[in-house]
Amino acid sequence: MNNTAQREQMSIVIAGHVDHGKSTVMGRLLADTGSLPMGKLDQVRALCERNSKPFEYAFLLDALKDEMSQGITIDAARVFFKTAQRDYLILDAPGHIEFLKNMITGASRAEAALLVIDAEEGVRENSRRHGYMLSLLGVRQLAVVVNKMDLVEYSESAFNAIAENYTAFLKEVGVEARFIIPASGRFGDNIAQPGGNMAWYTGPTVLEALDRFEKEPPALDQPLRLPVQDVYKFTKAGDKRRLVVGTVDSGIVEVGDELVFFPSGKRSRVASIEAFNRPSLTRAGAGEATALTLDEQIYVTRGELACRASEPAPKVATRVRASLFWMGREPLQVGREYLLKMGGARTPVWVEKILRVIDASDLSVSQESDRVERHAVAECILRTRRAVAFDPAEDNARTSRFVIVDQYEIRGGGILREALEDEYEAVRSHVLLRNMKWETSRISRERRAEKYNQRPTLILVTGERNTGKKTFAKALESRLFEEGKVVYFLGIGNVLYGVDADIKVAGQGGDRGEHLRRLAEVAHLLLDAGVLLVVTAVNLKRVELDLIETTVGEDRMVVVWMGGEAPSDVACDLRLDNTHPLDDQVDKMKAVLQEKNIIFKPF
Amino acid sequence: MDQLDQLENGSIHILREAYANFKSLCMLWSIGKDSTVLLWLARKAFLGHVPFPLVHIDTAYKIPEMITYRDRMTAEWGLTMIYGQNEAALRERQTFPDGAVDRLACCKALKTEALKHTLSGLWPRYRFNHSVGRYEVDSNTEPFTGVIVGVRSDEEGSRSKERVFSPRDRDNEWDVGDQPPEFWNQYKTDFAPGTHVRIHPLLDWTELNIWEYIEREKIPTVSLYYDQGEGKRFRSLGCYPCTNPVESNATCPADIIAELRTGRFANIAERAGRAQDAEDGGGLETLRRDGYM
Ligand SMILES: Nc1nc2c(ncn2[C@@H]2O[C@H](COP(=O)(O)OP(=O)(O)O)[C@@H](O)[C@H]2O)c(=O)[nH]1
Repeated sequence: MNNTAQREQMSIVIAGHVDHGKSTVMGRLLADTGSLPMGKLDQVRALCERNSKPFEYAFLLDALKDEMSQGITIDAARVFFKTAQRDYLILDAPGHIEFLKNMITGASRAEAALLVIDAEEGVRENSRRHGYMLSLLGVRQLAVVVNKMDLVEYSESAFNAIAENYTAFLKEVGVEARFIIPASGRFGDNIAQPGGNMAWYTGPTVLEALDRFEKEPPALDQPLRLPVQDVYKFTKAGDKRRLVVGTVDSGIVEVGDELVFFPSGKRSRVASIEAFNRPSLTRAGAGEATALTLDEQIYVTRGELACRASEPAPKVATRVRASLFWMGREPLQVGREYLLKMGGARTPVWVEKILRVIDASDLSVSQESDRVERHAVAECILRTRRAVAFDPAEDNARTSRFVIVDQYEIRGGGILREALEDEYEAVRSHVLLRNMKWETSRISRERRAEKYNQRPTLILVTGERNTGKKTFAKALESRLFEEGKVVYFLGIGNVLYGVDADIKVAGQGGDRGEHLRRLAEVAHLLLDAGVLLVVTAVNLKRVELDLIETTVGEDRMVVVWMGGEAPSDVACDLRLDNTHPLDDQVDKMKAVLQEKNIIFKPF
Repeated sequence: MDQLDQLENGSIHILREAYANFKSLCMLWSIGKDSTVLLWLARKAFLGHVPFPLVHIDTAYKIPEMITYRDRMTAEWGLTMIYGQNEAALRERQTFPDGAVDRLACCKALKTEALKHTLSGLWPRYRFNHSVGRYEVDSNTEPFTGVIVGVRSDEEGSRSKERVFSPRDRDNEWDVGDQPPEFWNQYKTDFAPGTHVRIHPLLDWTELNIWEYIEREKIPTVSLYYDQGEGKRFRSLGCYPCTNPVESNATCPADIIAELRTGRFANIAERAGRAQDAEDGGGLETLRRDGYM
């Protein structure tokens, strides 16, 4: 055994249809490599005897009581064992369809996979489903174990038939098996030792195949992708550093690098790379959980993707083509709102269109559907409320990955394949360029907020015509002003004949989209100055609100609807009745601002 | 990047995910080697700070060195330290072996119950006041919704089934049969009111990794792990009536590593010295379902 300090570790997922022999193969591997704790084998044998059950290698894994009684492996269990070459962490992925989410849990953390197929039963539904999942989850190295060869009299032709059939399937989903191994878990042939029963087979045993898998090197040669996990400031503990933290997905970041944060497009230089109890570093690469300080005090938050300005940029879009896998009991429905999580980013998401639904077990395709049933894979067009930054799966698997949450649970996951056009594209590219070119002042957003005792926010008052929006807006401005806030009422007209002079045509509405974009740009300037801004506009629609939010930035806007019913898709923070006394309306507004920590409550 | 680096980076990522997603977060610190490594990793993740309280369940039967060590580190590292205990059970002597109950009932009362009610804030929490150097009743009784725990999957069967982010229902129960999926490093960070989530950053570490890391990072650990000249040391720490030392001459982490790699413990389970595990086949599993870490 290798006694030097560090040994290599590799995690392997073992998958396959239920009862095809995963647990048996694993139990064998443990027993035949002497990896079991002393006495464990005897203990299990004794237990079987006591319960008058024939001994099974599979029982070695069944550590849980209720598993024994149910007779199925219920979870992605972790088992450790070692060879002369390295340490293995085996993630057991149950084959029972009910436990597919456990299979996913195991497979999405694995570096390579063993897929077990019963020689007698042949390729079954979950052999295929698991194969497909491995491809979607990005497990690139695979060995297929054709198990229970003893049941087919160790026949070469039986083996070849299964090998051919399954290889053809794998090809369709874009995966290639490195090895296909005939074996018997029960009798140990070709598991840890070559089997005397299959002289016709000259390839590696399962154990040798594991040792031949290669460690995937960290993706250092790809462009830098560093999802911002958080921004820390431990001021109370006397630490002045503003730390941007996250785990590098790919590439390298070095002190002095110019970074661009997507989707905002904000830019800054890396001032230092910090670490606890060691001198600060000059660089960090893929796989490292790192912490940066920046040259300029730009405002970035969790969810942005840090990239090097000198390297290819990621895609930024609100409309994307995705392959996804669905696990919810309720089907995934077109138009319904869910939550998308990707890196540290979260945004509402809905399916615009289902391009095709693929039955993961046989790859049969059905078009024209408005729903994706449980355990199916689909290709869809997704719409996100806020823009996401990503790479297409073909370019960089890690930054293409997302999950979908519904009612607190992860119900689906997948990979993004392509950025598609959407109506905000022009607006977004203006914003991106503006942020990239932005001159940062030496006073940070936080310092301004501290000084003015408020979080700069756009208070957008909308609703039908003649509902007293302006009266309310001005009353709100007066009240906040008297209470010492830095607040400003901006009438649309104030923008229309000055900033918009070139596009305002007398007597006509003109280009409403461009008017709104310019209004939002003006608002963005005032927000950057630290102001609470009150703006009124008639009947804003959801797309228009999205456009304004794209321009001013996330979490910087509060929407108030005056009088009457708001359209169902407009998310208002407050609804006001214009027949109520003005003072009460202002009180209600203040309560919302306090609740959202925009103005701070007096103690 | 070697294996310890890989494990370290993975755990730091998880700790940061926990901090970003849970407003009311705490970390359980049993004073043992695993949760002490976890505490060290937290200081790495947060660049020298530990921005959430540490919670210790004091059964009052802990080996005294453990408490001394706990309070020394608390002062030295400026930790927010909280402890809780089952005062009623101790008062009524629902304890083993000096009371009327067996080992498992004692564990349930002093650990499971105490943990549950300390986390929920229903029972008093005692918080270390650094300016006066003693514990005082904590005025914050808000329930913790995220609880970071240093379990490893190689410890014992039931732990090998854990998720990194593992939800617990209102009664602290763990539904082993129906756990959320974990895609890549996307974890369950959304949860219904009243439920909470256990976070397990050390799941992929083995006992050997822990000691290698302690050695590499020179992490201060409690003296009970080392032979003090009597040819005995503790391999795993618990309450003194139920934890027995093992025969060993290891006096430092390097000795322990050698012992684990090739020596007498290479193939003996770590918790062999813990009596409550032997009581029934699934004893620990039962305790875990009930919320005992
Ligand atoms: N004859 C024979 N039976 C096997 C072999 N491997 C597994 N089995 C049996 O197949 C059944 C299912 O095996 P198990 O390992 O539990 O399957 P899993 O559901 O894939 O984990 C058990 O009854 C095993 O004894 C084998 O190589 N030969």
